[in-house]
Parts: sequence; C-alpha cells; structure tokens
Amino acid sequence: MNVLEILRGKAWLTAGLLLVGLILLPFLVEASLGKSWLRIIDFALLYIMLALGLNIVVGYAGLLDLGYVAFYAVGAYCWALLASPHFGLNLPFWVILPVGAAVAALFGVLLGTPTLRLRGDYLAIVTLGFGEIIRIFINNLNAPVNITNGPQGITSIEPISIGGFSLGKTQEVLGLTLSSPHLYYYLFLLCVALVVFVCMRLENSRIGRAWVAIREDEMAAAAAGINTRNIKLLAFAMGATFGGLSGGLFASFQGFVSPESFNLMESIMILSMIVLGGMGNIVGVIVGAILVTVIPEALRYTGDLQQAVFGKVFVDPADLRMLLFGMALVLMMLLRPSGLLPSKQRRQELAEDAA
Amino acid sequence: MSDLLQVTTVSKHFGGIKALTDVSFTVRKGEIFGVIGPNGAGKTTLFNALTGLYQPDTGAIDLAGVSLYRRKPHEILKAGFARTFQNIRLFHNMTAQENVMVGRHTRTTSGVLAALLHTQHNRREERDCAAFAQQLLDRVGIGQHTHTLAKNLSYGDQRRLEIARALASEPKLLALDEPAAGMNPNEKNALRDLMVSLREEGLTLMLIEHDVKLVMGICDRLVVLDYGEKIAEGTPDIVRHDPKVIAAYLGGEVAA
Amino acid sequence: MDIFAQQLVNGLVLGSVYALVALGYTLVYGILELINFAHGETTMMGSMIALAVIGALFGVAPDLPGILIVLAGLLVAIPACMLLGYSIERVAYRPLRHAPRLAPLITAIGMSIVLQNVAMLIWGKQYIAFPTTLLPQGRHDVFGASITDVQIAILVLTVTIMAGLVTLVNRTRLGRAMRATAQAPAVAQLMGVNVNRVISATFVIGAALAAIAGVMVSANYGQAHYYMGFLLGLKAFSAAVLGGIGNLAGAMLGGLLLGVIEALGAGYIGDLTGGFLGSNYQDIFAFLVLILVLTLKPSGLLGSRSVERA
Repeated sequence: MNVLEILRGKAWLTAGLLLVGLILLPFLVEASLGKSWLRIIDFALLYIMLALGLNIVVGYAGLLDLGYVAFYAVGAYCWALLASPHFGLNLPFWVILPVGAAVAALFGVLLGTPTLRLRGDYLAIVTLGFGEIIRIFINNLNAPVNITNGPQGITSIEPISIGGFSLGKTQEVLGLTLSSPHLYYYLFLLCVALVVFVCMRLENSRIGRAWVAIREDEMAAAAAGINTRNIKLLAFAMGATFGGLSGGLFASFQGFVSPESFNLMESIMILSMIVLGGMGNIVGVIVGAILVTVIPEALRYTGDLQQAVFGKVFVDPADLRMLLFGMALVLMMLLRPSGLLPSKQRRQELAEDAA
Repeated sequence: MSDLLQVTTVSKHFGGIKALTDVSFTVRKGEIFGVIGPNGAGKTTLFNALTGLYQPDTGAIDLAGVSLYRRKPHEILKAGFARTFQNIRLFHNMTAQENVMVGRHTRTTSGVLAALLHTQHNRREERDCAAFAQQLLDRVGIGQHTHTLAKNLSYGDQRRLEIARALASEPKLLALDEPAAGMNPNEKNALRDLMVSLREEGLTLMLIEHDVKLVMGICDRLVVLDYGEKIAEGTPDIVRHDPKVIAAYLGGEVAA
Repeated sequence: MDIFAQQLVNGLVLGSVYALVALGYTLVYGILELINFAHGETTMMGSMIALAVIGALFGVAPDLPGILIVLAGLLVAIPACMLLGYSIERVAYRPLRHAPRLAPLITAIGMSIVLQNVAMLIWGKQYIAFPTTLLPQGRHDVFGASITDVQIAILVLTVTIMAGLVTLVNRTRLGRAMRATAQAPAVAQLMGVNVNRVISATFVIGAALAAIAGVMVSANYGQAHYYMGFLLGLKAFSAAVLGGIGNLAGAMLGGLLLGVIEALGAGYIGDLTGGFLGSNYQDIFAFLVLILVLTLKPSGLLGSRSVERA
C-alpha cells in the first residue's frame, strides 16, 4: 500500500501533513539550498498571489489582461510612499495594506471601465497600454513634484512590523533563530492561504458562475440576466486587489521599489504562469507560478553542469538561463497545450474524449 | 385576456438597411404568440430589439406596464422577458445545472462578501438555486444530465437546456427563437407538449418557427413579417387566408 | 527650421518602419487570429544579421561602394528572416493550431525570449553601431524640414513595398488563397487551397517585411541592440490594432499615424502641458491614442464593425 492510498479519503490528514510540510519547508530549503533559495520561495509565494489574482480576470472571466503588473506596482508604491523616509511617513501595516489594496482596486475599476466594450485581443492591447502608461508615469513622476523618485525608485522602505515584532530582522521564536526571509515566508504563506480561500469560495458562487458565463458567451450571459458591465468590473477589481496586496508585501519585503520591477515582461510572466499551470484551476495556477519562478533560478546552476560535463564553463549561466527558460516555456506548452493541470471542465472533456 | 407585451412602431436599421419598420403588435397574457415570415424577414432582429441585444431606433416596448425600450438585456430579463437563441448559445464549458443556475442570476442576490463568508443566506440560496435548477432540468426532460457539460449534450438536449436556463428567471414571457430547428418528429412532439404545459401553468410564449405545421397548430395568434414590416396579425385561420401572407410565401407552404 | 515639418518627417519615417512591422502582425492575425509575439524579434534579427554581414563585408572589402555593402546585408537578412519566420510557425504555432487560444500566445512569448537571448549570446549586450558612413549623407530642405537621403530611401522603399504587397494580396493566386483562408480555412481547404502552405507563406512574407524594417530602423538611428525588437514590436502591434487588426490598409495607416503622433507628441508635449511633462513621456502617446481610438471605435480605425449575430 503506498502513501497515496493511505491518504485517500482522509482530507484532514492530508491537510495536516501539507501544513506540517509547509511549515518545515523553509528550514529544509535553508539547510539544503541556502539562504538565497529562501528568498526565492518567498518570491514564489508572492507570484502565487499575483497569478491567482490574474486568474480571476483571465481564467474565470476570460478577459485577457496584459497590464496586470500595473496593480502590483500601485500596491508596491502605495506601501513605499506610506512607510519610508521619502515622505517621512511610517504608517502601520494594517493601515497600509487595506489602503494599498483599495487603491489598486480603484485602479482596477478605472482602467477596466474603458475596456468594457472591447473583445479579446483588443482588450489585451489596451490593458497592455495601461500597464505601460502607469510604468512610464512612475518612471517620470520625480519632477516637477517628486512623488515616485523616478528611475531610482524608493529605498529604505520599512519592513512589516506586527505589534513591535519586526519581520525585517532576525528574531528568536520558541527558541529558534528565524531570519527575516524566514519570517516573511510565514506571513506570505498565510496571505496565500487567504487568497486561495477567497478564490475557492468565489469559484463556486453566483459571482464565479457569472464570470465563467461571460467568458463562455458574453451575449448569452447578458441575456441570462447578468449585468456584464458590473460583473466584469468586479473581476478587474478583485484581481487588482490581489495585485495590490502582493505589491505591498513585495515593497516591504524587498525594502526598495523601482519602476523596472513593473515592466511588461512581468505581466507576461504572470500570464504564462496561469496558462502553463492550467487556466481557471487554482492548483494548476499555483504549480505554474512556482515553476515559472523557480525554473529561471534553478537554471543559474548550469555553470556547474557545464563544468562537470565539459570541464569548463562555455557560456555564462546568467546569460544562458533566460534562453533555456524560453525553450522550456515553448516545450511545456507544446506538450501540454491545456496547461499542466487543466481546469475540471477541461479534464472532464479530455476524459470524455478518451472514453 | 389582458395585454402582456405591447410593441408599438418599433424600427431598427443597420446602415442603410431597414431591418424593422414600424412594427406594432400586442401579446396577450397566457397565449402562445407566433412570429413568422420568410427568411430574412426580420424575426430574429425583432427578438434582439425586444430583448435589448440591439437598440431599437424608435418605438415603444412595454411589458405589463413597464417600459423595456432601450433597456439593458439584464434589466429586460429581470422585468420578466426571457429568450432563447436560434443558434443555441449555451455556456459550453459549464455543466447543465450550472447553466440553469446562471439563468437564475437575477432572482438571486449573493455577492462577493456573502460567498466569502458563506453566510446562512448564501448557503440557503445556493442550495435552493441548485434544487430549482434540477427541477427545471427534470421539467424539460434532461434531469439525468445534471453534471454533463453543455457542449457534450445532444443537439435536442441543448435546445431543452436553453429553455431551462430561460425558465430559471421565472419569466412572465418566454421568447423561443426556432426551438424546433433540427429536431426530429419525436423531439418536436415533446417540445410541443412542453410549450403547451408551460402555457397551462400561466406562462406566455412567443415563438419564431419555420415549421408551419407546428406554428399553426400551437399558436393562438400570429404576426407575419416580411422585409421588416408587419403584413398580417391574427389567428392562424385569418393569417392563413391573408392574400399578403400567401403572396409573401409565394402561395406555398402556408396555404398547404 | 520648422519644428512641425521636421517632426512630421521624422514621424513618417518612424511610421514607415512601424507600418512594415505592423503588416506582419496583421497578415498573420488575419489568417490565424494569432498575435505573433515573436515578430518584433524577427525584426531585431533582421537588423542584427544585416549588420553582421555589413561589418564582415566592410572588413574584407572596404573599397566596395557603401550602398552595395548595405544592400548585401539586406539581401542576406531577408532570406534569413524568412527562414526564421517559417521555422517559428512550424515549431511554435502549427502544433497548437487547435489548442486553447492562449497556448500559442505563450509559445510565442517563449520564442520571443529565445530569440532575444540567442541574439544576446551571439552579438553581446552592447549597442552595435551601423556604419552610417556607408550610406549617402545628403540632406535636403523640404518645407522647412531637413530630410536625409536615408530617410527618403526609407519612405520610397516603404511605399514601393506596400504597393507590391497590396498587388500580391489582391491580384495573385497566392493572395486569393490567403484571403480565402482568412475568411474560412475549412472551406478554403475543401476548395483545394493548401492551407498549411498559405499560412507558411504568410509568415514568410511577414518576416521579409520585418527584415527590411529592421535594416531601415538601424540605418536611420545608426544602431541595433538585441532588445530593440521588444518595444518596436509592441508599438507596431499597437499600430496594427489601431488601424483595425487583420486589415492591410489599417496596418499601414495605423503605423504611419502612430509614428507621426509619437514624433509630434515628443516635440510638443512640453508646450502642451506647460512644461509639466517632458519628452520622456513620448512613449505614452502611442498608448494613449490607442486606448482613445479603441474606446471610441472598438475594432480600430478601418476594422470592419463585426455585428455579432444573435
């Protein structure tokens, strides 16, 4: 009897094991791969949140958004401005986080409104345009009034501090010495759990069904009584909220923000996470986010591989890794056109095709 | 019988083409009202103009005293006017039950917060909505396909599912756009029985149909369109002998 | 010097490049409804390959007339890009023709990343200078604007190519097959059109235009870079959408319009905003215009208004 069979039907046991595994993960990663990988899994968690947010817009509602990173940027800059020496502000996280999420949601509605009549690729290019416009503004709003500090970005952003317990420095907890990335890991994990919970609840709700209906056939959805304008704006707003939330967490974790973190490539990466993992499927999106974050990092090790195989390093691994990543993207899509873990509908369909 | 739907001088043009010109008629409560006419006569355009998918250029549309003129499709549905489509428009990657549950959108209220908190109201509403959807699937005769994806249903079952989805909004008036298209005689008979029993429950039906036998047999009254204009209105008997109608159909099918 | 006239000329030249690249996007989109994201990189490859050939040839035979050397670069870049366009379609798009809609978009992005990095590995991360001394250096005054020989050549070449393309699509057998495939691939196939060959031909034609545009842009600005295809492709795609994607005249109009708007915008933004915004906002114009046009006319300037059938 293998492990999977023992676990079948025992949801609580599975969940418990998963929880223990996730709590222990940073210790294992730090011990085996080193501190830099702890930061990488922190980033993977941030990207899971972003990807799940975009999944609401693209995966559920079928609105191809190529400017999603704008909301990430809005959230990050909200945090940066409200908790850094730039304006001399240092508001507590429970004020900034909702403000950042709300401002991002507002941007979601603002940028969503002009796109309501657009379909498919026209929508994609307009959202892309909005993403670029926001980035260009952030890049240039250091004059005449210095709001964003331009291309240099904003530095010395305060880390999150909960009741005097700062996540920005090494802390003793229950006799264990936990570094800052380690502490952030648990916070991010909690946030991911929250986002997953929200997505699961929404997926099987009246609103979730309305989103999917719009994706499937907008005109029929309208004729079935859905106020397509409001429901689409709601999708933009929800997606943007998650983007803003992740952005805020990113800013406090990283300690600095600059416009180059929020370019079009970033939007494209987030999109590829959900398409690669399996659009509309929460687990698939999570897997996609992890892969797209981890693969380029893992590819930094090709130097060692070259050394081992050829006895010398031919190509700088830093130059090689994006090339290999691009190839991996193409290959994975060719092998699994519906994503690694297709949504339940798609699975049912594949099963029925096989039957 | 009282009037349910009053359509007054509705017109619609696309560019230079007049698709509908001053079309007026009245649908009475509890009747089955047919809309017939040769291909391209403007029947579907009329449905689209009535249900808000096209904006009519002029005219007035009233349903039980409420103006539907230039309202949004979802407002029209909420007012009690549901429809199906000539070329079946289901949500293909949703199950039959989910399709019907979407049709109940305007009669349910749970928003994001309710869904997140799983409030008692939300749980009850979801349960009731699912049960209601199942009843409707049973009602139209596809109760065994609850969890089948819409696109995997047979053609006839897809037509029934579309009717179930429209019924989910508990409409006062249901407009069916060629519901019998592509059906075999058995399926057509079942459809006819369904329409008659829906009428007996108090629903008013509008029907675009090419099968003249079906229309003449089931409709209480008809309006006949040709080139976007009304050329006749009345009971099947009156319409059948109207010279303009006979001319429009080249004296063919209708007289037969 | 008249700023307006000068910026108009600069804009038309830039717009010509946009238009040629936009044609590649629109040809492919018209037939496959696919955004060929790697098209910008094909343009970049055109620049790079041409520059490599020009550099090599200049090293071997510096006495050859400059124009011949540049022409040789162009003549190598065009078939190389055609082969590249053909391969991209075969590898990344054809296997996914019946896959979910976003799958080929991701392979397109993957191809784009691959091409960028291949170029970076071959030619390095630095800007590569175009030996502009090889080209005629003449300058002419036209209505107060100074226009170079190179710019004149770009404008003339662009007009010629566009005319040729329109003839190809409207007058030839291949063009007819392309139009038929765009309308209804299945029917075209039944009527004996080899749809695969038509699609390959479309990619190859688009890639040839991209190669020419790539050489033009590096000759005009005097440099090339492995990352240049990204923004250029983006702008050109915006131009195609602006004109109404799938529509040849739309891509031409959209490209020229975008180039002119961008150039005029960069020239006048300071005056327009009272000095509040500087020319570093130039890239905003392309997107603002795009958003504005699509909000008012959702299928682009010349896009057919698709009345959705209920």
